[in-house]
Amino acid sequence: MAEAAESPGDPVTASSRPLFAGLSDISISQDIPVEGEITIPMRSRIREFDSSTLNESVQNTVMRDLKAVGKKFMHVLYPRKSNTLLRDWDLWGPLILCVTLALMLQRGSVDSEKDGGPQFAEVFVIVWFGAVTITLNSKLLGGNISFFQSLCVLGYCILPLTVAMLVCRLVLLAEPGPINFMVRLFVVIVMFAWSIVASTAFLADSQPPNRKALAVYPVFLFYFVISWMILTFTP
Amino acid sequence: MAAVDDLQFEEFGDVAASLAANPDATMVSIEDPGETPKHQPGPPRGSGREEDDELLGNDDSDKTELLAGQKKSSPFWTFEYYQTFFDVDTYQVFDRIKGSLLPIPGKNFVRLYVRSNPDLYGPFWICATLVFAIAISGNLSNFLIHLGQKTYHYVPEFRKVSIAATVIYAYAWLVPLALWGFLMWRNSKVMNIVSYSFLEIVCVYGYSLFIYIPTAILWIIPQKAVRWILVMIALGVSGSVLAMTFWPAVREDNRRVALATIVTIVLLHMLLSVGCLAYFFDAPEMDHLPTTTVAPNQTAKSS
Repeated sequence: MAEAAESPGDPVTASSRPLFAGLSDISISQDIPVEGEITIPMRSRIREFDSSTLNESVQNTVMRDLKAVGKKFMHVLYPRKSNTLLRDWDLWGPLILCVTLALMLQRGSVDSEKDGGPQFAEVFVIVWFGAVTITLNSKLLGGNISFFQSLCVLGYCILPLTVAMLVCRLVLLAEPGPINFMVRLFVVIVMFAWSIVASTAFLADSQPPNRKALAVYPVFLFYFVISWMILTFTP
Repeated sequence: MAAVDDLQFEEFGDVAASLAANPDATMVSIEDPGETPKHQPGPPRGSGREEDDELLGNDDSDKTELLAGQKKSSPFWTFEYYQTFFDVDTYQVFDRIKGSLLPIPGKNFVRLYVRSNPDLYGPFWICATLVFAIAISGNLSNFLIHLGQKTYHYVPEFRKVSIAATVIYAYAWLVPLALWGFLMWRNSKVMNIVSYSFLEIVCVYGYSLFIYIPTAILWIIPQKAVRWILVMIALGVSGSVLAMTFWPAVREDNRRVALATIVTIVLLHMLLSVGCLAYFFDAPEMDHLPTTTVAPNQTAKSS
């Protein structure tokens, strides 16, 4: 590449000087554009080293990642046309949300085997297996979204439902009764709708228009099942 | 696009009757639709209807056999191979669901709606929906039966989801597998005009389960009579879809074998629905209840 670029200027200088000295001179003096092109990735790599995780304090590293996760949470809570959630995907947020949800769905009683609520592992498997199945489904339908982007979006959009779970646990501290149930039902329905709206805002564009409904329906089923688990939770 | 395909079929139309088993003719037809696989799945709605009417003709089995060649274009370890099973549009899925809900007497579900493009989208998600519909409405009906009893402690019975999933998915995959093997075996003995691929059978079974989703939701009503009327309607509709689809495949066979096959298919279908009704909806959760509630529990059972 460099040889080919310097060949037009080569014969003039090479004839007047010794061969090797001339070559080295030319490569430094005349090939600024080529050199520049080569150093552009170098410079960015140097910049990366400057802010590399090696010589910054642990607090900075953690805070930066937490800030990225928090920013994505904001995107889910206020869904608008933005690619942040799609472009820099991570699975930290989904993991945090999924573990929080599964922990809150645990019952206090020791014999939770008998009362038939979902176990920690069952919630975990439903969330991850469900998200993987929906992603595979949208890929098989011909959607142009990467596997982990879709997983990331589906995982982050559980956030409203995790909030609903938190509200339900607080409401359940009060006196049980029909009003208590109505409040929980209302919260879960609103948060369920929120999850659907947020996830479709991010995912729907990745599908061809005549298949949008086919890709959105599994998402609906997924959040519906999670909402059902939250609504039927009794401590 | 549709016009090009029609021309191509016309080309073979006159010779297809005599050369139905000619491998060369089939090979050519593999090549041509394979070049434009992107245009094939999504024709505008109007032209899809035209093809519908055309394929209802009596010589459609040749055409669908020729079309079936385009499926095997990519090897099975690639992602594209599996994409051919999800190559459906929204209106196609709705048409198939409609077809499974409103069977037309004498018409074949596979030839009418599936037409050599069997999808796995419908069967998979219909089964998934049915699993949760049965588990959730079974739980709700159990709750309604015990509503108002002070001693009743509501439990979500999450275990039912796994049981329902096992039963439904086993039925929707193992029965088609057995049926496919049986039809292959019979085909080797008696030459039938109509033969189905494994995926077509899975597709028919998957879509025939759709009517159980609204049925399962209506099963919440804790009335025995209502439930049995609903299960009879659902059985009649989906059983007739299955029977009308598989009757042409065994018609040429020995009459006794043919009848036995259809009866077995319908009986298995009945077993599934009645079994689900009995297990998920009629079983009172005795072990969760203290002994003092036995008397109201029995009244609930008899109602």
